[in-house]
Amino acid sequence: MIQENMTTSINTLPLKERLLSLFYENLPDIKGAATAGVNRLREQALAEFERQGFPNPKMENWRFSDISQLLETDFSFDFLNQSRPFDIENIFTCDVYDIDTFSVTILNGWFVYKNAPLTRLSNGTIIGSLAKAMEVFPDIVDKYLGKAAKTENAALTALNSAFIQDGLFVYVPEGVKVEKPIQLINIVDSQVPLLLQPRHLVVAEKGSELTLVHCDHSLTHNVSFTNTVVEIFAQPGAVVDHYKIQNKGRNSALFTATYAQLQKASKVSTNIITLNGGFTRNYLDAKLSDVEAEADVNGLYLVDSNQHVDNQVFIDHASPNCLSNQLYKGILDDQARAVFSGHIMVRRDAQQTLAYQNNKNLLLTDDARANTQPRLEIYADDVKCSHGATVGQLDPNAMFYLKSRGICERSARQLMMLAFADEVVQKISIEPLRQRIGHMVEKRLKGELSICDQCVLHCNSKGPTTFNIDMSKI
Amino acid sequence: MLSIKDLSVSINGKTILDGFNLEVKAGEVHAIMGPNGSGKSTLASVIAGREMFDVDRGEITYLGQNLFDMAPEIRAREGIFLGFQYPVEIPGVSMANFMRTAINEKRKYLGLEPLSGAEFLKLMEEKKKFVEIQSKLTNRSVNEGFSGGEKKKNEIFQMALLEPRMAILDETDSGLDIDALKVVANGVNMLRSPENATIVITHYQRLLEYIVPDFVHVLFDGRIVKSGGKELAIELESKGYEWVKKEAKLASAS
Repeated sequence: MIQENMTTSINTLPLKERLLSLFYENLPDIKGAATAGVNRLREQALAEFERQGFPNPKMENWRFSDISQLLETDFSFDFLNQSRPFDIENIFTCDVYDIDTFSVTILNGWFVYKNAPLTRLSNGTIIGSLAKAMEVFPDIVDKYLGKAAKTENAALTALNSAFIQDGLFVYVPEGVKVEKPIQLINIVDSQVPLLLQPRHLVVAEKGSELTLVHCDHSLTHNVSFTNTVVEIFAQPGAVVDHYKIQNKGRNSALFTATYAQLQKASKVSTNIITLNGGFTRNYLDAKLSDVEAEADVNGLYLVDSNQHVDNQVFIDHASPNCLSNQLYKGILDDQARAVFSGHIMVRRDAQQTLAYQNNKNLLLTDDARANTQPRLEIYADDVKCSHGATVGQLDPNAMFYLKSRGICERSARQLMMLAFADEVVQKISIEPLRQRIGHMVEKRLKGELSICDQCVLHCNSKGPTTFNIDMSKI
Repeated sequence: MLSIKDLSVSINGKTILDGFNLEVKAGEVHAIMGPNGSGKSTLASVIAGREMFDVDRGEITYLGQNLFDMAPEIRAREGIFLGFQYPVEIPGVSMANFMRTAINEKRKYLGLEPLSGAEFLKLMEEKKKFVEIQSKLTNRSVNEGFSGGEKKKNEIFQMALLEPRMAILDETDSGLDIDALKVVANGVNMLRSPENATIVITHYQRLLEYIVPDFVHVLFDGRIVKSGGKELAIELESKGYEWVKKEAKLASAS
């Protein structure tokens, strides 16, 4: 990528102060063609960020995740879209053979397109660049953007909101079922340490259905700081499946805050698969705003060396008769560190709530550490809530059983780890995607997955991938 | 084939097997009977290579090799098979994946090419018949949600797939109804050959009506106190273990 026009002010100011001054210095570029609503939002958000500053371990939600070292990096910023319309396949190809997706790419925070920045499918669905959507569909953007994301007690979301420029925009009209999954490939490719803040907006109108596969990758080993915010609006009866696959370099810091707002009888499923990453933090906030809404929130993290993964979940039961399910599982090797915090809030009127939470961690070494913290805050009296958390090692009885059949220690461990991970993989409802991700997890656990394997969907492969027979399907 | 000499085994300082001796030759079926706590399951576990026990004295040779030099998986690949009294549930590991891994690791050890998916499937279909196993059992997780009978059938199914030379069946009859018992026994009988041997560990004589042993041994207080032919099992059934216990105590007193 060409990096020549990037704003790289050599500066000794702390990152917070630098960002504040960069904001004003680059305001015309940052604003671009943004809507009035978005520009109002950014002013408020900037004030919030200025007040809060970057998170630090003195804050309850950041107790186990220290980003102070990351903040020392001399980051560059890309306030002008450097990419001209070009063929992404020149640097990154994604040949998907058995999953037909509508694939879009975001490179260093900017939407990359071959033909048009916004595509309207024949069924009326709009997919494309948020920057362009602010020009073409300002009413839709202003109606939703920033309405689910919170900036209070969320410095990184505030920071992202202040600098909103581009990202993915998806709008599914009423009653439309989008057949093909939409695949978002988010790539960082930079010769200098880059701080980027993609912003994604997904609106699923009444009774619509959508699957979004969100892959995060890095193409270089440089330090990068990705601060992503996703907002999902599921209108009455809408069904949104959101899968995230995170396979980042060890020098990358990836922050993703997802805010989902669920209306009556809508359903949002998320599944975050963290395969690699230096520092990964996922915040998931689902608000069940009307009756019979359902949130199914899952995560799987497979980390080793000194990788750090932090999953924070906040489920807000604000209405009666809603259901939420959380299942997060992780396998930690070497000195890896995992943090999980699951907060379920059941508000006073949210009677007949069903809310379940489970976090299981498998530690392969004595040096790996997991901190897990459930938090149930219940103000209604007719509810069913449960939570469970385990941190353990491989079951020695099962290990002996496998070995007694001739299976060596290494293979036995792999079978057990795969089995452990499989519970989360099985939550993926699209069959080919489940198989692909299952295969990716298997490769990861066998140590065959390099970070340079660019995509879970076998991007960059030049022919159909052949698989062993999937024995579990017989 | 299997020779156990003066074996003493303890767990947490408590002696369980104490001067145990047994010789098993190819083609033979040995039944080991005895009251609860006599050390039957410990014997099975030690042969299979469970690490929780301390071997204080004695030796086991298998096909001329020192068994204690072999890791559990090597013993298995060399043909030792333990049918577990309590088969372990392993959620998420499919039976097919489990057995294919086991067979191919054994084949690799023996210098054979791994079975392809198709070959393995064919083999599985063939072996299912031994234990009248339903096909759906094989795509489920190992023993997860299986009934007691299904778990035991599954042990024999694995045995049929792995074709062991030395099979040890630990209380395979416990918890089985008569139909399941017949199926299990029938499976074992079909796998009998002049080249392999079987040790059947049981509490009751019932199983031995279907798997007819060449030798019956009574284990008490960690050693064999009485050996005989198949009639010994019948005698035990009518006289009870008290009879052997008394004899054993008389013998040790004199």
